[in-house]
Amino acid sequence: MAATNPLLQVRDLQVQFKGRRGQAMVLNGVSFDLHAGETLCVVGESGCGKSMTALALLGLIPQPPGQVRAGQILFQDEDLLIVSPARLREVRGNRISMIFQEPMTSLNPVFTVGDQIAESLRLHAGLDAAKARAQAIEMLRQVGIPAPERRVDEYPHQLSGGMRQRVMIAMALACRPDILIADEPTTALDVTVQAQIFDLLRQLQTDKGTAIVLITHDMGAVAEMADRVIVMYAGRVIEQGRTEQVLQAPAHPYTRGLIACLPELGSSLAPERVELPEIAGVVPSIWELDQGCAFRERCPHASARCAEAHPGMRELGEQHAAACWLLHEGEAA
Amino acid sequence: MSASATKAPSPFVEALRMFVRNPSALVGSLILLTIVLVSIAGPWIWPADPFDITAAPMTPPWSEDAILGTDYLGRDVLTSLIHGGRVTLLVGVTAALLSVSIGITLGAMAGFYGGRVDAVLMRVAEFFQVLPALLFAMVVVSLFSPNLVTVTLAIGIVSWTSTARLTRAEFMKVRNLEFVRAERAIGAGNARIIWKVILPNAFPPLVVSATLAIGSAILFEAGLSFMGLSDPNLMSWGLMIGSSRQYILTSWWTVTFPGMAIFITVLAVSLIGDGLNDALNPKLRER
Repeated sequence: MAATNPLLQVRDLQVQFKGRRGQAMVLNGVSFDLHAGETLCVVGESGCGKSMTALALLGLIPQPPGQVRAGQILFQDEDLLIVSPARLREVRGNRISMIFQEPMTSLNPVFTVGDQIAESLRLHAGLDAAKARAQAIEMLRQVGIPAPERRVDEYPHQLSGGMRQRVMIAMALACRPDILIADEPTTALDVTVQAQIFDLLRQLQTDKGTAIVLITHDMGAVAEMADRVIVMYAGRVIEQGRTEQVLQAPAHPYTRGLIACLPELGSSLAPERVELPEIAGVVPSIWELDQGCAFRERCPHASARCAEAHPGMRELGEQHAAACWLLHEGEAA
Repeated sequence: MSASATKAPSPFVEALRMFVRNPSALVGSLILLTIVLVSIAGPWIWPADPFDITAAPMTPPWSEDAILGTDYLGRDVLTSLIHGGRVTLLVGVTAALLSVSIGITLGAMAGFYGGRVDAVLMRVAEFFQVLPALLFAMVVVSLFSPNLVTVTLAIGIVSWTSTARLTRAEFMKVRNLEFVRAERAIGAGNARIIWKVILPNAFPPLVVSATLAIGSAILFEAGLSFMGLSDPNLMSWGLMIGSSRQYILTSWWTVTFPGMAIFITVLAVSLIGDGLNDALNPKLRER
């Protein structure tokens, strides 16, 4: 898989927001590859730039206040940052599609779910109303909605949260996109429904060969779903690698912290309650970032060097890399 | 959950059901329907010329020659009433449509694009709002000759601002909801998002406002006619009141009957508007 050309290459993506307090780099030099058919998880705390990365891939960053300052998003060697708006609309929903965090508000309340699934088919595949409707019913069946012939005429308020997220997935996959971006698709759902949605995504991925970018803050979801992981902190990628590399041998202190925060199954049954570790402190505000490492305030290993400059990504093995001065030890300062 | 057993009713059907259950809305609809039917069919069921002199001037009502009396020229009030409804309703509906179209378009632009577009459009709206509407309409009509087109245009031009503000507010509310972003993510362009995604969500209050706009356009037309600013060759209720206004004290029937006609029509429209408001307001709808 690694030998083939990546489906999507993001190179040095920089996104800036302007506000009353000046300018803030929301994404700072984000780079990663996505290969056909794989699942890439993007993890990090709230506000680290995960969702911004997702929106940037589809050119959906609200501008103003946002602005893409630099970088490339190469989708099959076409830079999505410089293509025409018309071309971008062709790609959206057709080749790259997205599902959102909130299934309760992601569907238009005044149209039936069938109309909404059919819409992207009519926009992109040019199907007529009857064919699009038939296809919408088929999509509903594929995402495991019972009695799709009847559900197709229902309105979003008649469906449960899990059902709506299935409808969102049906909408997103209707045109058989190459890439599905899922922005915390299960955050608003029950744990049992969450497992169903993950199963569904995995199964559809196997059937259709769709690459998935799964944005999450749930390390459990990472372990379950991901082929590869990128860890983001304050707008930068600070570690990336194959799932087993990152989960078993995390190199960046932040990644180690994230993994340490996970409870072990059964640990709470132990007679003495073990307190879960946490990463002290909070994510620094994006308005207050400087040239140094953004994690140094919370990092147990921080040194003077960390305030001077941000460390670059350092290769640690095949596909595994992290950005921490600890890993640069032995290099000339 | 019994709804899942049968086919789900569309919001439209549901609103219609609410509407017909509302007695005042139903009464309003029946009154308006009668007035519209009489106005449309009037020239056939009552084929007299409203400008013909049929009896002695200022014949009081309930006399043999004229059931509702005649005006100062001897023209039959009942005939004028039947024929005049056409113009009044036509101007009312067309002017309301015009004002609502302008209002929705400009309000949608302002609310959707925001920023500079919003600032400019809202300053324009304010300019129209601070002008006394009736005076401004009078100026517009007097600049050109008073006829159906100029009167309709004048009413439309001076009364679009409230619809624009309403549309703008609805758009600003809906624009940032997640389903709009989801719509963008499946490749919809701005035009599609404005007209097919956001506008349907803004529809309930706009339908109510459009209905009430008909009532106010009818009143406006009557006001202009009262001041002599209407087509003198087309009988309308406003023209009837306007041309007889000097005789209010001596022959009350010449102004009272057309006045009642306008009052009842506007009342019917308002009842319908209120009924629509209740029917389309999701907070009042039972589960």
